[in-house]
Amino acid sequence: MVLSPTTWSEPLAQPSQTEVAQNEEAQSTAAGPATGQPEIRRETGQREVFCGLTSIVWLHRRMPDAFFLVVGSRTCAHLVQSAAGVMIFAEPRFGTAILGERDLAGLADANEELDRLVGDLLERRPEIRTLFLVGSCPSEVIKLDLAKAAERLTHSHRGRVRVLNYSGSGIETTFTQGEDQALMALLPLMPASDEEQLLIVGTLADGVEDRFMALFARMGLPVVRSLPPRRSTELPPVGKGTRVLLAQPFLSATARALVHRGAQLIEAPYPFGVEGSASWMAAAAAAFGIPAEAVAAVLDPLVERGRRALAPHRERLEGKRLFLLPDSQMEIPLARFLSRECGMELVEVGVPYLDRQLMAAELALLPAGTPICEGQDVELQLERVRSERPDLVVCGLGLANPLEAEGIATKWSIELVFSPIHGCDQAGDLAELFARPLHRRGLLAFS
Amino acid sequence: MELTLWTYEGPPHVGAMRIAASMEGVHYVLHAPQGDTYADLLFTMIERRGRRPPVTYTTFQARDLGGDTAELVKRSIAQAVERFQPEALLVGESCTAELIQDQPGALAMGMGFGDLPIVSLELPAYSKKENWGAAETFYQLVRSLLKNQLPAPGTPKPSPQRWKEEGRRPRVNLLGPTLLGFRCRDDVREITRLLAERGVDVAVTAPLGARPDDLMRIPTADANVCLYPEVAASVCSWLERSCGMVTIKTVPIGIAATEAFLAELEQILGLEPEGGAGAGSAAAGLGERASRLPWYSRSVDSTYLTGKRVFVFGDATHAVAAARIASKELGFEVVGLGSYSREQAREVRAAAKELGLEALITDDYLAVEQAMTEAAPELVLGTQMERHSAKRLGIPCAVISTPLHVQDVPARYSPQMGWEGANVIFDAWVHPLMMGLEEHLIGMFRHDFEFVDGHRSHLGDGAPVAPPAAEPVHGAAAVQMGPSRSEPAATATLLAEPVTETVAEVGVAAAGVPIWTPDGEAELHKIPFFVRGKVRRNTEAFATERGVARIDAETLYDAKAHFSR
Repeated sequence: MVLSPTTWSEPLAQPSQTEVAQNEEAQSTAAGPATGQPEIRRETGQREVFCGLTSIVWLHRRMPDAFFLVVGSRTCAHLVQSAAGVMIFAEPRFGTAILGERDLAGLADANEELDRLVGDLLERRPEIRTLFLVGSCPSEVIKLDLAKAAERLTHSHRGRVRVLNYSGSGIETTFTQGEDQALMALLPLMPASDEEQLLIVGTLADGVEDRFMALFARMGLPVVRSLPPRRSTELPPVGKGTRVLLAQPFLSATARALVHRGAQLIEAPYPFGVEGSASWMAAAAAAFGIPAEAVAAVLDPLVERGRRALAPHRERLEGKRLFLLPDSQMEIPLARFLSRECGMELVEVGVPYLDRQLMAAELALLPAGTPICEGQDVELQLERVRSERPDLVVCGLGLANPLEAEGIATKWSIELVFSPIHGCDQAGDLAELFARPLHRRGLLAFS
Repeated sequence: MELTLWTYEGPPHVGAMRIAASMEGVHYVLHAPQGDTYADLLFTMIERRGRRPPVTYTTFQARDLGGDTAELVKRSIAQAVERFQPEALLVGESCTAELIQDQPGALAMGMGFGDLPIVSLELPAYSKKENWGAAETFYQLVRSLLKNQLPAPGTPKPSPQRWKEEGRRPRVNLLGPTLLGFRCRDDVREITRLLAERGVDVAVTAPLGARPDDLMRIPTADANVCLYPEVAASVCSWLERSCGMVTIKTVPIGIAATEAFLAELEQILGLEPEGGAGAGSAAAGLGERASRLPWYSRSVDSTYLTGKRVFVFGDATHAVAAARIASKELGFEVVGLGSYSREQAREVRAAAKELGLEALITDDYLAVEQAMTEAAPELVLGTQMERHSAKRLGIPCAVISTPLHVQDVPARYSPQMGWEGANVIFDAWVHPLMMGLEEHLIGMFRHDFEFVDGHRSHLGDGAPVAPPAAEPVHGAAAVQMGPSRSEPAATATLLAEPVTETVAEVGVAAAGVPIWTPDGEAELHKIPFFVRGKVRRNTEAFATERGVARIDAETLYDAKAHFSR
């Protein structure tokens, strides 16, 4: 089946997206690195990544009727406010229950204190429908049972608010994994239904999501829902008729749990760039047996326009050498986009952890021998950055200015989790995020 | 357990990071879980530092907890020492590591680093906060570096005036400036210059820019200047007790305080007053010549500052200084004073009492916003959080204190201390007020035709031809309004008056509301537009009170006479 005369992705313009991805994976593994499998290396040492608490910053915006209460230390509160920046100054729907010495001395007291504090909070914020108790490093270490607390509090505030819990602690989660854990907490509340539906999983900007919904409707997909929903109480159902399409590459646990509830996982590259987005949508359409012509009718103009939007940025990025430090877990899909659609050369692709299954379609698209580094020893990695002198480094906020001061252009990765970057329509904007630092360097002249 | 949506201070280990990052040659190994590295961005983003803070984190994860985290600590320490070759090593833990009790400090001591000074930091994360952590770290570091050169107990205290016998210039240490402190970089430069003008050298500035070796030279100075008590009070008091060094305690923020600082300096060091012995303190009245604040404050343009209601909140040092400057040097009325610095609560309470207020000591920003709302100030001097609260309330605000925002690290020279600091403060506090007033006026007179399309251009897009339909009566007279618009005397009169009401348009047919005659309306329009609303309201109130149904020119003048009493 040829989807369109202007195919947007050679490797994926095949009858079954899933099969292709699996076959490619199998082939490259068998054939070894030379034929396309990236070279994967593990590293341990100091990790310069946020913990899972940080994901509260976008989750609370997604579900305006939910409140995220971190049960932790002053460090947790300080982390969240530092990551949230000015967002904190609006009426924030997140906060920290800061453990004090007395809470450490006796867990019984800690539970009583938590109940009191949640009571006060709910009284002040009657609009809250779902309260997430978010575990942190200290609450995990002192073994404060937040699952039990959530159960107890749900019972005592019955009918008004439901209380859920998950861990965003740094000892268990990195940065974006916080969303994975939050979705896991919602999962048991999702009703069972075998209704046929496409379930888009992962937080998208509202506008981007609306756009995808409209496009899927145009292709003729009957029911499309998303997780997390915009209202925390309006959870989509899940069951045998559910086909899961991951919008974000960091939802390993949620994806597996949904499969466990009967859903089928659609394997596809992630919707970054024209190629990724088109393949992603095509994979969803294929899963529902939508005729190729209908898909092409929707996608072809998008692909054409997306490529046009990309072109000027590609001019800036082509041939430039890119080094991605591990951070958001979006590194592999972004590397794929930047190398295949923007012509960048991949020096190293760092990821906090590698989920081969969720990345299968992405890994298959990376150029042969792309060096992937799982985990981190920040000092060694920075040494490699210095010796390689890439044209652009994608990294966290702690490292960006120091690298700039050494004369190396950077792109902060945190912007990627806050900006609308998914979809063909966003491909130009996404490329621009990477082209801007290079463009800016070209503009500045002080002598 | 306390609910916090936002916090003024970070945990104490961030305070320790501020000390390490402010210095050269110091490295901090922090036993902390993955995620705590967020603190790096405070330095690289807010302070725009071009290098990472000198901190190695163990970044342990759950799987490490099952094994030997102590080994991880030792490995991290060994690697950090080898890689960074520090001249002094700080070892400590963040909140989570405190719970697993690996004792990283003790581990480091046992690793055989020879002469490398190692400071084991114990910063209780569940009861203390950032500034305390900074003060404790600075104190512990100085103490452990000086422990081998302390005078024996009973040794007479060195005289702060010994420079005279030693035939050299007097010298002092500037203690307390750090990264993420409020304008420390520029304060140090300003105070160094101020001291140089009085013939006093700076022996050591620390922690900002100092090396461990510099800290060891602290006792060579004649006295210590405790520039930021939040960070340096404990080290200064220890240096007094153990080395007999005198502390200069006045924080030179504002004219009077800078003069008092110089007077204290002269007295302690035994400096000859300028103009010879018997001339009295050289500092007295110096501010008049050295800073523009006193004259700017007396100049007629500042008349409108008189009695402005000001609400002050910040760290103790800056809040107390701000309250004093506001009340004594700018002629404001301080209607609220508070601080999140519990360690310095006593000083804040005393300052508040002098102003007839009760100090607000809290780290709950919502309590601060509440107090601010109740105090109904016209200007807020606070932290970035108060800036946002004030914005919500529509009150102008100037930032006077940490916690730091990237805007609080300006590119230009912008101290708070000394003479130039006073200049900076005048501008920084008065400008938002002018803006605020301007905005207020625009809001107040938005119904006047001059404002219908926002600000009119001076490029001559013509006189407003068609007055808005809603105010047909205003039109005819309005065209003649031009000249009085820029009348300065009228401006001053208005500005001196606190404007609290907004213009209420007269309902044409509303029952009981007096009606303006064409004659009265014409007279009203001869009054400058920016006071017209008030005059209209007053006149109507006057007329209503007396049962006058029609307001003509005479009623207007009757009312004017009535209200001018």
